[in-house]
Amino acid sequence: MTEALRLDGIRAGRLGPEDLAKNFADLHPALTSHEATIAADRCYFCHDAPCVTACPTDIDIPLFIRQIATGTEEAAAKTIFDQNILGGMCARVCPTETLCEQVCVREVAEGKPVEIGRLQRFATDAMMADGEHPFTRAPDTGKSVAVVGAGPAGLAAAHRLALHGHSVTMFDARPKAGGLNEYGIAAYKTPHDYAQAEVDWLLKIGGITVETGKALGDGLTLSALRSDFDAVFLGIGLGGVGALGLDGEDMTGTENAVDFIATLRQTDDLTTLPVGRHVVVIGGGMTAVDAAVQSKLLGAETVTIAYRRNQAKMPASRYEQDLAATHGVRLMFGVVPVALRGDAQLREVELGYVDTDTKPTGETLILRADQLLRAIGQKLETMEGLTLDGGKIAVDASGKTSLADVWAGGDCASGGEDLTVTAVAEGRDAAMDIHASLTQSAP
Amino acid sequence: MADLTTDFLGIKSPNPFWLASAPPTDKEYNVRRAFEAGWGGVVWKTLGSEGPPVVNVNGPRYGVIHGADRRVLGLNNIELITDRDLQTNLDEITRVKKDWPDRAMIVSIMVPCEEQAWKDILPKVEATGADGIELNFGCPHGMSERGMGAAVGQVPEYIEMVTRWCKQYYSKPVIVKLTPNITDVRKPAEAARRGGADAVSLINTINSIVSVDLDTMSPHPSIDGKGTHGGYCGPAVKPIALSMVSEIARAPATHGMPISGIGGITTWRDAAEYITMGCGNVQVCTAAMTYGFKVVQEMISGLSRWMDEKGHTSIDDFRGAAIPNTTDWQYLNLNYVAKAKIDQDACISCGRCYAACEDTSHQAIAMSADRTFSVIDDECVACNLCVEVCPVENCITMVPMQAGTVDPRTGREVQAKPADWTTHPNNPGAVAAE
Repeated sequence: MTEALRLDGIRAGRLGPEDLAKNFADLHPALTSHEATIAADRCYFCHDAPCVTACPTDIDIPLFIRQIATGTEEAAAKTIFDQNILGGMCARVCPTETLCEQVCVREVAEGKPVEIGRLQRFATDAMMADGEHPFTRAPDTGKSVAVVGAGPAGLAAAHRLALHGHSVTMFDARPKAGGLNEYGIAAYKTPHDYAQAEVDWLLKIGGITVETGKALGDGLTLSALRSDFDAVFLGIGLGGVGALGLDGEDMTGTENAVDFIATLRQTDDLTTLPVGRHVVVIGGGMTAVDAAVQSKLLGAETVTIAYRRNQAKMPASRYEQDLAATHGVRLMFGVVPVALRGDAQLREVELGYVDTDTKPTGETLILRADQLLRAIGQKLETMEGLTLDGGKIAVDASGKTSLADVWAGGDCASGGEDLTVTAVAEGRDAAMDIHASLTQSAP
Repeated sequence: MADLTTDFLGIKSPNPFWLASAPPTDKEYNVRRAFEAGWGGVVWKTLGSEGPPVVNVNGPRYGVIHGADRRVLGLNNIELITDRDLQTNLDEITRVKKDWPDRAMIVSIMVPCEEQAWKDILPKVEATGADGIELNFGCPHGMSERGMGAAVGQVPEYIEMVTRWCKQYYSKPVIVKLTPNITDVRKPAEAARRGGADAVSLINTINSIVSVDLDTMSPHPSIDGKGTHGGYCGPAVKPIALSMVSEIARAPATHGMPISGIGGITTWRDAAEYITMGCGNVQVCTAAMTYGFKVVQEMISGLSRWMDEKGHTSIDDFRGAAIPNTTDWQYLNLNYVAKAKIDQDACISCGRCYAACEDTSHQAIAMSADRTFSVIDDECVACNLCVEVCPVENCITMVPMQAGTVDPRTGREVQAKPADWTTHPNNPGAVAAE
C-alpha cells in the first residue's frame, strides 16, 4: 500500500513492488514431481476418453497422464506436442473447466476433475526445461509459405509446415511474435516471459523466418504474398474494437481492454503502470475478466464488470467469473453504459439496466469511474478479395478460404471458439492441408 | 463391547494383535512402547546362539514397492536376526515380561541345526519367564546361507527334528514359524505337528528383489553397488499368506492345529479375515514399521465394532468360519450362473469395463454413442473383471440367475441343484451323479 492508493484519477504506483510481485505471480503454481504423480494417479485411463473428445487439439490425455505417472514426463510432453505444439501455453490459458476437465468422468462423478491442465504444464515444462525439441524437420521441399500473424494459429501452422520441410516466413505487426499469448492474456496466467520462451523453443524446428513490424496494409499485401509464396496462411486475429457510441469516449481514461492488457504485458516494472482508482470494464468475455482482475491486482479500489446480458450468457466461464469475484471484482449483469461524464478526465459512468432482450428498463445507476475499459469484442477489418462470414474470413474445415492458395485460422477465421487452443488446432490442420496441396503430384 | 481377549495355546493376551519377530521387537525400548500403545503381545526378535552376535550390513536394509502417494505396498528386508548380545536380550525380555504380565511374550529363536545348540539356549529362554518360543525356520536371506532359517524350514525332516528337541528341552508352548518359500506349505506344517509343535505361525517373508536401479544396474537395496534377495512382506503378500493359512487349516493332517497368522495384516479387516481362516491370533510387522505402533488402536477399535455389529462376543465366535467355504476348484458349483449388471445411475462412463472386456475378456459389454455401457448377457461369463476394474464400488455387480430361467449365453436352463466338475460330462474322470 502506498500513498497513491486512495488518490483519484489514473495513477501508477498504487501498490508497492512486493504486493505487485505477489499479485502477479503464477495463478496456478507448477506441480512438483510428487504432486504430479498423485494428480496423475487419479486418472482412470478412460476408454475413448471424453477429455480427448473435448480437447480442440485432440491431445491423447490419458496416455500423457499415464506417461507422467510412470516417470516419463518427457514422453508425455511428446504426446502433447504431437497434437499441440503450444501445449505449454494451452496448459496455462485453456479454460479447462469448459473443455477437458469439464467432461472428466471424475468431474462428473465427484466434482473434482483430474487436473489435466496442470499435468500438461508439468510435462511440457519438463521437456522445455531440458531444452529438448522433439521434432526433426523433413528435408527441404523447395516450397515456401507465408504465415501472416505470429499468434497461436500462425505459430502452430508455421511449425507444422516447417516440420514437413517447407520454408516458412512468418510476419507479425507487433515487435514480438506470440500474438495474444504475448500481448493479450492476463500476466498471472503466463508469468516469467513464458510466451517468448515458448516461441523460441518452437522455432528450434528450423526453417521459419520471423519478420516483425509487418502486417497486411502495413508493408504487406495479400496479392504480393500470393505471388511471392506458394501458399499463404492468415492468422491475423481480430483487430478493431468497437466503440460504445457514447459522447465522451475520447476522454482520458477510456481505453480498449486489449490495449490495456498489451501495455501491462509489455511493462517490466508494474509500479510504473497507471491504473484508475475506480475502474469499469464493459464486456463479458475472457478479456473483460483479464482486464478487470489485473486492474484490481494493480491496486484499483473498485473494479466493476458491466455485462449487458445475464450471467448464464456471459462468455467468460463460471470459473473465470468466480476468479474475478474472488479478487474483489464486482460483476454486474443486464447493464449497458448509457453516459460517460467528466472533464478531460473520465469521472463517472452511468449504467442503464436492460431486460433479457437488452431493452432498457429505464432504471440507471451511476458508478465512479476514472478508467473505462472496453472489452466488447473485436472485429475484422475488411480483407481484400476474401469472402467473409459473420465478420470473419470464411473457411472450410481445412482452413481453406475462397482463394485457392490462401488458408486462414484462429480468431480471424470463421468457425470454432476464439481460444488459443482452437487457434492451434486450426493452424495445425490448415498446415496439413497446405502440405497436402503443395506435395500433390501434378495430374 | 466385544471381548478381544485371546487365549492362544494357553497364552492370554488382551487382544489378538501381536507384533511379529522383526525390527520392531528388537529391544526393550521398542517393546515397552509397543505395549504402551496397546499391542496384545510380541514375538521378540530372533535370538541366536551365545557368542559374538551376527553383524548386519551398514548400508540400506529395506526396499519398498510404493503405490501412488508412496503408500508402502510391499517391504523387502535383508536384516538378519538380532545383532545384540544374547544375555542383553534375555535380561531385557525378563524385565519387560515382569512389568507387563498381561501381555504375551514369545521369544523367537534361530540357532544351528544341532541338538546341543538348542539344548544350550532353551533353558536360558525359559528362565526369562516368557510365555513361549517361536522357531524361526523362515528367514529367507542371509541366515539361510548358513544353514538356518528358511534352509531348515524347507526340509520337513529338520523341522520335525528341531521341534522335537524344543519340546524336550523347553516346557512352554512351541510355535513353528513357516517359510512360504516352498512348494507345498502343508508339508512343513505336518512335520511341525509330528515334532510336537503346539502351533504354526505363517508366513515368514518371501524371497524377493524389489527393484533394479537402471543406472547402476544394482538390485535395491544396494550395498556398495551390489544387492541380494531379501524377504518380502507387507500388504502385497497378504493374499499369498492367507492362501497358505487356508491350506493348513483345511488339510486333514493339520486341521485344528493352532495357527498364528502373519502376512500383510494392515487393518482390523485383514486380521478378521485371517481369524476366519482359523488363526487364533495375528502377527503384524510392516504396518507398524510404516505407521508406528499406534496403528494397533485402529485394529482394536475396528475389530471390536465389527464383532459387535455381527454379534460376536469373542474371537472364537468366528474363528475358522470361512474354512468350510474354502474348497477345491473341482467342488465349485458349475450350475451357479451370474451376469454382470451395471447400475446406470452410479456409472460415470469411464469405459474401463468396456476396454477390459472388449480387449481381454468376452466382448460382453456394449458401448453406445452417448457412452452408455451395458452388459450383453448372451456373452457375459460372469468373470468379474468389469467389477474389479470399475472405479466405482458397487456400480457393477454380479447378479445370480434364478433357477428355471435360461442363460442366454448357453441356451440352457439354470438348475437349482448344484453340480460340480466331479460329475461334469466333460470330465474324463467324472463320477456318476448321485
